[in-house]
Amino acid sequence: MSFVLDTIFSVSFWFSVLRVTTPLIWASLGAAISIESNVINIAIDGIMLVAALVGVIISAFTHNLCLALFLAVLAGVGMACILGYFNLKLKTNIFIGGIALNIFASGITIFILYLTTHDKAVSSSLKSLVLPSWDIPLIKNINILGPILSGQNVLTYFAMVGIILYYFLLYHTKLGLHIRAVGENSEAVRSVGISVVRTKFIALILSGIFASLGGVFLSMGYLSFFVKDMTGGRGFIGLAIALMSKNQPVGLLLSSLLFGITMQIVNNIKTLRIPSELVELIPYVVVILVLMFYGIGRKKKE
Amino acid sequence: MNKDEAILELKDILKIYPNGVIACNKASLKIKKGSIHAIVGENGAGKTSLMRVVSGLEIPQEGDIYYQGEKVEIKNPFESIKRGIGMVHQHFMLVQGLTVAQNLVLGMEPGKYGVLNGKEIRSMASKISEKYSIEVPIEKKVRDIPMGIRQRVEILKALLRNSKVLILDEPTSMLTPQETERLFVTIQNLKKLGKTIVFISHKLKEVKAISEVISIMRRGRIIFTGDTRKISEKEMAQLMVEKTIPKNRIVRSEEIGEEVLKVDKLKYLDEEKRLRLNCISFKLRRGEVLGIAGIDENGQEELVHILNGLIKRYAGIVKIMGKNIKDKSSREIRELGVSCIPKDKLKYGVAQDASFLDNLIVNKYYKYPFLNGLRLNKSYISQYAHRLVNSFSIEVSKLEAPVSNLSGGNIQKVILARELSKKNNLVIAYEPSQGLDIGAIEIVHNLLFRAREQRVGILLISSDLDELLELSTRILVLYNGKIVAHLNNLENISQRDISPYMLGIKEERVET
Amino acid sequence: MLKLIKYIDLIRIFIAILIGFILTIGIIYGVSEDASTTIWYFFLGPFSNISGMGNIFETATPLILTAVGTAIAFQAGLIYIGAGGAIFIGATMGTLIAIFSNAPTFIHIPFILLVALLAGAFIGYIPGYLRVKLRIHEFISSLMLNYIATFVGIYIIKYYARDMAAALLQSRELPKTAWFLRIIPGTRIHLGFILAIILSLLAYFFLYHTRWGYEIRMVGKNADFARFNGIDVNKVIVISTTLAGATAGIAGISEIMGIYHRFQWKALPCFSLEGILVVIIARNNPLLIIPVSFLIAYLKTGAQYAALIGDIPSEIVTIIISIIVFLVTAELFLEKWKQRLTFKEATKDELRS
Repeated sequence: MSFVLDTIFSVSFWFSVLRVTTPLIWASLGAAISIESNVINIAIDGIMLVAALVGVIISAFTHNLCLALFLAVLAGVGMACILGYFNLKLKTNIFIGGIALNIFASGITIFILYLTTHDKAVSSSLKSLVLPSWDIPLIKNINILGPILSGQNVLTYFAMVGIILYYFLLYHTKLGLHIRAVGENSEAVRSVGISVVRTKFIALILSGIFASLGGVFLSMGYLSFFVKDMTGGRGFIGLAIALMSKNQPVGLLLSSLLFGITMQIVNNIKTLRIPSELVELIPYVVVILVLMFYGIGRKKKE
Repeated sequence: MNKDEAILELKDILKIYPNGVIACNKASLKIKKGSIHAIVGENGAGKTSLMRVVSGLEIPQEGDIYYQGEKVEIKNPFESIKRGIGMVHQHFMLVQGLTVAQNLVLGMEPGKYGVLNGKEIRSMASKISEKYSIEVPIEKKVRDIPMGIRQRVEILKALLRNSKVLILDEPTSMLTPQETERLFVTIQNLKKLGKTIVFISHKLKEVKAISEVISIMRRGRIIFTGDTRKISEKEMAQLMVEKTIPKNRIVRSEEIGEEVLKVDKLKYLDEEKRLRLNCISFKLRRGEVLGIAGIDENGQEELVHILNGLIKRYAGIVKIMGKNIKDKSSREIRELGVSCIPKDKLKYGVAQDASFLDNLIVNKYYKYPFLNGLRLNKSYISQYAHRLVNSFSIEVSKLEAPVSNLSGGNIQKVILARELSKKNNLVIAYEPSQGLDIGAIEIVHNLLFRAREQRVGILLISSDLDELLELSTRILVLYNGKIVAHLNNLENISQRDISPYMLGIKEERVET
Repeated sequence: MLKLIKYIDLIRIFIAILIGFILTIGIIYGVSEDASTTIWYFFLGPFSNISGMGNIFETATPLILTAVGTAIAFQAGLIYIGAGGAIFIGATMGTLIAIFSNAPTFIHIPFILLVALLAGAFIGYIPGYLRVKLRIHEFISSLMLNYIATFVGIYIIKYYARDMAAALLQSRELPKTAWFLRIIPGTRIHLGFILAIILSLLAYFFLYHTRWGYEIRMVGKNADFARFNGIDVNKVIVISTTLAGATAGIAGISEIMGIYHRFQWKALPCFSLEGILVVIIARNNPLLIIPVSFLIAYLKTGAQYAALIGDIPSEIVTIIISIIVFLVTAELFLEKWKQRLTFKEATKDELRS
């Protein structure tokens, strides 16, 4: 019991929660924007992985943080474009294309990792850079909240900004309106002269950007090196989060936090002799329950 | 341009679809500026195709379009809109999750640097709404507003893009009577504001009420254009339909037997709570061909789906072979001796990527001798297929090839072969000749004859009056989900007797 | 000419694989310092000794089993990716039963297989049920269940079957009565391989020669058509995911009983995902699954040889396989060629009529 109190009321716990939640927010943003245009980006996991590796390698060889970030995002966007090309132009089934792209990403990242470091597991031999953490001047002095909110990685703060940007983009820009319209009724959109394929492609590219940032955070913020398959399925969790929150910005944040909190609890529990597995599966069960809830609601309407 | 000139002129438009059907057969039409011009015709007369050419959705093989006196090329919907031709389709093109205002400005949103200017959007929407006195709730989402208002949004959409000519395709098919009234008021207002309205309809009463000029289309040609006031509904109906003597008029057989289908006070409301079937009752006996005449979308599809067991939420009683089918599955209904030839062949009639053989056995695969214990009896199936290919003259080169390789006519033969070569009590034939050429149609009719001779009860649902007159023992006419005529003695009945009912200008008095 | 159309799908697969091979050689040339040695070891290594060839069979076995189950679900038009979860939970429950029960082999093994089958069937049933009753897409539900199954499985092994003597998490060793017989000395090829071939043939028979297989295929090709003509589409959906799960359950326990003799996985084994790739390349055809699985197994084995001797990481195989998948599934790949042939054939019909 005291363990529970110790954890939930400890500042370091919540600090870590925010760190753990960051990649989930990015992943879910990537998922959400693609789902809104009705092209479900199954390959978020793979994109994150590729961006994570590219960031590490470029930063190690050029010692230029900005360049590394830029090229990592570019690589991720490139992956998204491959998916877009195969799905929108060659009519490959989006699920199958996504699954194949993820596996491709897994393979090619390990391959290139090996080529550059002769190590198939970790990139620690490379002196890659890390994205900075920021101490926020006034906030850090606030009681309790200070140590939690201040000192986070730059990409954590950007993730919050990302949610706001996502909201703004989707509901207050022309592009966002087009994306939402295309996702719901592409015929209607075509009849007013908007290019459906172009809109979907742009949505995929945005999805790639979000996902890449999540990946970069993993290897240059959360950890400071690349580990094989380090996404650990976070891309898929991002999909689940988006589905569960129906792509709504607040929902994305809350659902991401749910997963983040659970993951952090599990991290802490692992040190004790408590079965962490039963805790770990909670968020996945919650996803199914929420989807069931939606399904029952739909049925009642009919 | 003076007032009497044509704002839109079509000359000798020839449109042939890839499957060989000639939709527009050198059709010519002049629409006067500022007029309310109706185009009427039966199903398949070509009216929708002609308007699709004007709105850029189809490209004609031959023919010219003149807009405001100049010859124009319209290659896509965008070009049509740019010129000022706005089409309001029968099935609306709106994004349900967006608001009315957003739907209105889609594709031409106001705002700088890509950012939406909410205030401007609302202002554009209310301005256009006020200008034409067409009230719409600009803040509400499209999914939360009724059909009549959705249509207003579609009309405003066209007006917002500076349409000078508004084309309305079957505008009242989805509306309640009150909504129809309001639409007519709107049309009058638009005319006063200088717009030209073209509308396509089969509801002659409405056409008479609102239009000034009427063009009648038949078999791809415009055969009459004139002042609406100078022609009666009866004359319109007569012109719309060729009077021909059907070749094989059946002598009514005395061999009519037991009741196979009984429909009693059938009522059906769809998901949007619209009444699609309004208290229908009829009986069908063995050896009879009961024809159900009616223009598309007057309740036929819903009726077929109820009879087939796919729709269960209806009121009233439907009995097949004396058994109530409400709690029976589709398979159980078919086991009562029912076969169904669907209208949408590619969606319900066949599985395109499946082989010819697979498509042929979908109503038999679970029974002996097609199924032998656990195994499907491939050799028997193959023999069966050969038999059917011969007796139905199906052109197929390889039995295992996917059905998508076959021509439209052959695909229909596959469906007919499959459905008619089992022991049937009731055959539901829904537009069996749609899209077929003369030769194929004759074969289809012969097959239905044969079935009738085998003492099957046939429910023939068709919008083709020739077909109905040729095959039916009696005919019911369906209009707006209601049976408006019972024609029991077809001896001296011609197409022109039926069409007034189909077009809503005549309705039988029900004896109380 | 018509024969060509029927086989065009096969030709597409063949060309895609050919491109894959060429790419492999290209990458090795580009990356390896001693390209020719690496290539020799990659392509011929597996045949160099009996243990290498055995490896191919051993690797192919779980691929075939996983792919066969998933193929059934794919044929019904469902994107069911729950094979991994079913493998895991089937292996878990099978291990549990194996450790805590005792019987002579010819009873023990079938019993264990049955338990694994039922466990897999149960977890396969859920996405099907959710799809039918609540219209929840099977991709997300099977994805979530994969995770849930993994955690539940690890929990069970950790607390009920753990080998306390070992440092890493693994279960106690299975009793000898629960070991699959090794068929060929010098290799680890086990009874599971025979089982895989049998199930593959059974699945083919099931899909193309029985009424349920027919229903599954028709639902996959056009569910509206199937429903309109009396097929109980809901039942078909539930049955196909359940069967997929059941087969995957067998795949899981088969690896345990045949190769490891104890439960050692800490996460979903990689063949669970690779099995799905096999199905995609084999176009959902159970007979094609066997050669495709062998091909993938051969490539994986070759890559391991190349990695031992040369300087190419074995992950090259993953890259190549995913590229092959892309090529195979791009519907429009070679589509123009297929269309031209089909059009010629169709117009031949028209001319005749």
